[in-house]
Amino acid sequence: MLSRAASSLYWIGRHIERADFTARLIEAALQFDLLPFTETQSDWTSAMQASGSAGLFDGDLATATREMVTHFLAFDQGNPSSIISCLEKARNDGRTVRTALTRECFETLNDAWMSFRPRARNARGGDLQPFLDWVKEVGRTFEGALHRTMLRNEPCWFLQLGLVLERADNTARLLDVKYHVLLPKGEQVGGALDQAQWTALLRSVSAVTAYRWVYREGLQPWLIADLMILREEMPRSLAACMVEANALLAQLRRTSGRTGPADRQVRALQACLTDRNIEEIFQSGLHEFLAGFISDSNRLSLAVAEQFLF
Amino acid sequence: MPGPAFDEMWGGEEGDGVRPPYEEVASWLENTPHDELLQRQDAAETIFRKLGITFAVYGDDAAEERIIPFDIVPRVISSDEWARLERGLEQRVSAINAFLCDIYGRREILSAGLIPEELVLANPQFRLPMTRIKPPHGVWAHICGTDLVRTGPDSFFVLEDNARTPSGVSYMLEDREAMQRLFPGLLARHKVRPVEHYPDTLLAMMRSVAPPGAGRDPCCVVMTPGPFNSAFYEHSFLADRIGVELVEGNDLFVRDRAVYMRTTEGPRRVDVIYRRVDDDYLDPLMFRPDSMLGLPGLMDAYSAGNVTVVNAPGTGIADDKAIYSYMPEIVRFYSGEDAILPNVETHRCREPDALAYVLDRLPELVVKLVDGSGGYGMLVGPTATAAEIEAFRARIVASPERFIAQPTLALSTCPTLTAKGLAPRHVDLRPFILTGATGSTIVPGGLTRVALTEGSLVVNSSQGGGTKDTWVLHDGGRR
Repeated sequence: MLSRAASSLYWIGRHIERADFTARLIEAALQFDLLPFTETQSDWTSAMQASGSAGLFDGDLATATREMVTHFLAFDQGNPSSIISCLEKARNDGRTVRTALTRECFETLNDAWMSFRPRARNARGGDLQPFLDWVKEVGRTFEGALHRTMLRNEPCWFLQLGLVLERADNTARLLDVKYHVLLPKGEQVGGALDQAQWTALLRSVSAVTAYRWVYREGLQPWLIADLMILREEMPRSLAACMVEANALLAQLRRTSGRTGPADRQVRALQACLTDRNIEEIFQSGLHEFLAGFISDSNRLSLAVAEQFLF
Repeated sequence: MPGPAFDEMWGGEEGDGVRPPYEEVASWLENTPHDELLQRQDAAETIFRKLGITFAVYGDDAAEERIIPFDIVPRVISSDEWARLERGLEQRVSAINAFLCDIYGRREILSAGLIPEELVLANPQFRLPMTRIKPPHGVWAHICGTDLVRTGPDSFFVLEDNARTPSGVSYMLEDREAMQRLFPGLLARHKVRPVEHYPDTLLAMMRSVAPPGAGRDPCCVVMTPGPFNSAFYEHSFLADRIGVELVEGNDLFVRDRAVYMRTTEGPRRVDVIYRRVDDDYLDPLMFRPDSMLGLPGLMDAYSAGNVTVVNAPGTGIADDKAIYSYMPEIVRFYSGEDAILPNVETHRCREPDALAYVLDRLPELVVKLVDGSGGYGMLVGPTATAAEIEAFRARIVASPERFIAQPTLALSTCPTLTAKGLAPRHVDLRPFILTGATGSTIVPGGLTRVALTEGSLVVNSSQGGGTKDTWVLHDGGRR
């Protein structure tokens, strides 16, 4: 297929997933905000930092309010990672490659773009939650259309590759929110508030029940991290995403006969996740581990572009 | 203003009654409550918007994308009417191809003195490089969209030929699909000839004109200027329906006088390009050097016979409005027959007598730029203000050779759904004629455009026109 089309499809996947993630990130920050004794400021700062777009924020991060941050993350067209920017780019890319998409996939993108403004107007007026739920629904509808209607061939694999690489990156960023959220003075690491924050995090990715199925015990920060980083049965864990990315690259390899840097890098990342356990990760520093992963996944994305001549 | 127009459903004269091909449609309209029709109309609009069947309007920031309004009352053409149109269109397109072959070759028509030489050779649409290139199988205008208007039961006229990159065929197909979805019963009661095979016919035509060295499975593509082009929807629709890649200039490159596209698996050789990019932007090495839309080296690969360009560069001269006025002579010169489909009477302002006539009667005439399109840059005398007429007069006097004038025709009307009920609205018809190695094919029907404003004669989508499904009936008309 055309390299430009492959690139557009890959980025549709990334943008749809990023919109979903940003909605979840705002949700997590709203949850933190509700917890007693947290310093409200740091919730919103941390959400910005985790989004990876803090550098573009046109104002003082330290005094940013809830309204300013939610506007920046959801509605600001100057922020290329905001929900509106992601949905708009996904739809525009969808138009340029609509020949590679099924009607249902394109309709999801087009619908999202058309109904964004009225929904955003309502959300600005009051309750954000219905709006965030809708954004997550767009992601689910798109992925549903993808799985149900797309031929299992290159366009489908590039879309999925975009989705899983973005998802891994987002999971790492979401976990890293905890690093940026400071516990108030006097609060213990592992204490009640710390615990509540971890729980809010888990809830934001709808994984509380999954946790109970896997561990059958009370919520523990390191087990939550274990679930989101190393457990392959957890679909958005770093490990699961790398397994899937590797499989998708293998499919592409089979069709195109091309191998290259992306294949090597994804295998290295996957190996590094299988060889670890969560104690080691905590000992050497969770934040450092996550920052390392985020930069590795960036490199992987560049390697994909190089390998498929984007 | 011209007198009362011929109506496609009701005929011309008071008391004529419903014309036979329309009997079913008329009784359907009579028996369906207005509310229900409006509701279906809304449903159609929702479908079109959902599918993103849009076009961009240049210079209109507020509405980046619009859907073309769709009217649910079909335009019906009987099988006899169609048979004549079909013969006339084939004759005309075959003359156009012969004319293009000739003026880029031996120029017999110029030697015969039938057309002023400078009108061809100094025409902005004349492409000198094409005198050195022979398009495979002698086909120049592979896809021609000829606009027809009607003024009476037996009077069809050709308003213009679109021989460069005619658009609208996606609406022909989508309108039929919408009607099938909205009114399956009504369609079932008629014997409407299908149009769904247009994409297959288009692909077969493209393959038939592949260069000799292309092999048994030629690689065909559709080339678009990109998503910002007003007809981008159509480009992607066509690529999708015929199952080929939709490429932009940047997706292609030329190596060793052959065209390749950039794919995830490396370069792939391209044999036939259905380009929806204008000549000027096709190859910056040959035409406009500042163009970013085209493909440097394309013309070189073309002249080496390694790729076919559909339509051939330089076909634009055949739809130039000044050349149009000579079309009856052109048809006679190459076919030895009279044109089956007449032109609209046309005054060439470049000729002093005609100029005097036109300046005398501006309020009655329609004046057009010879190289204008899309309803831009024209004067519709009867509906223009005195000031507009005077401003136009000055432009004509300043450069008469740029203008032609035609009488204001009483274009036929067709019942059309409006908020207040059914009302007559003016229509035209653009059938699409495909010409490949073995001759021409016309899918029965075409795009019916309708002027949605009461009394307006301008049907262009960029000027607020809409579309209707066009039904060509089998013999007998009804089932």
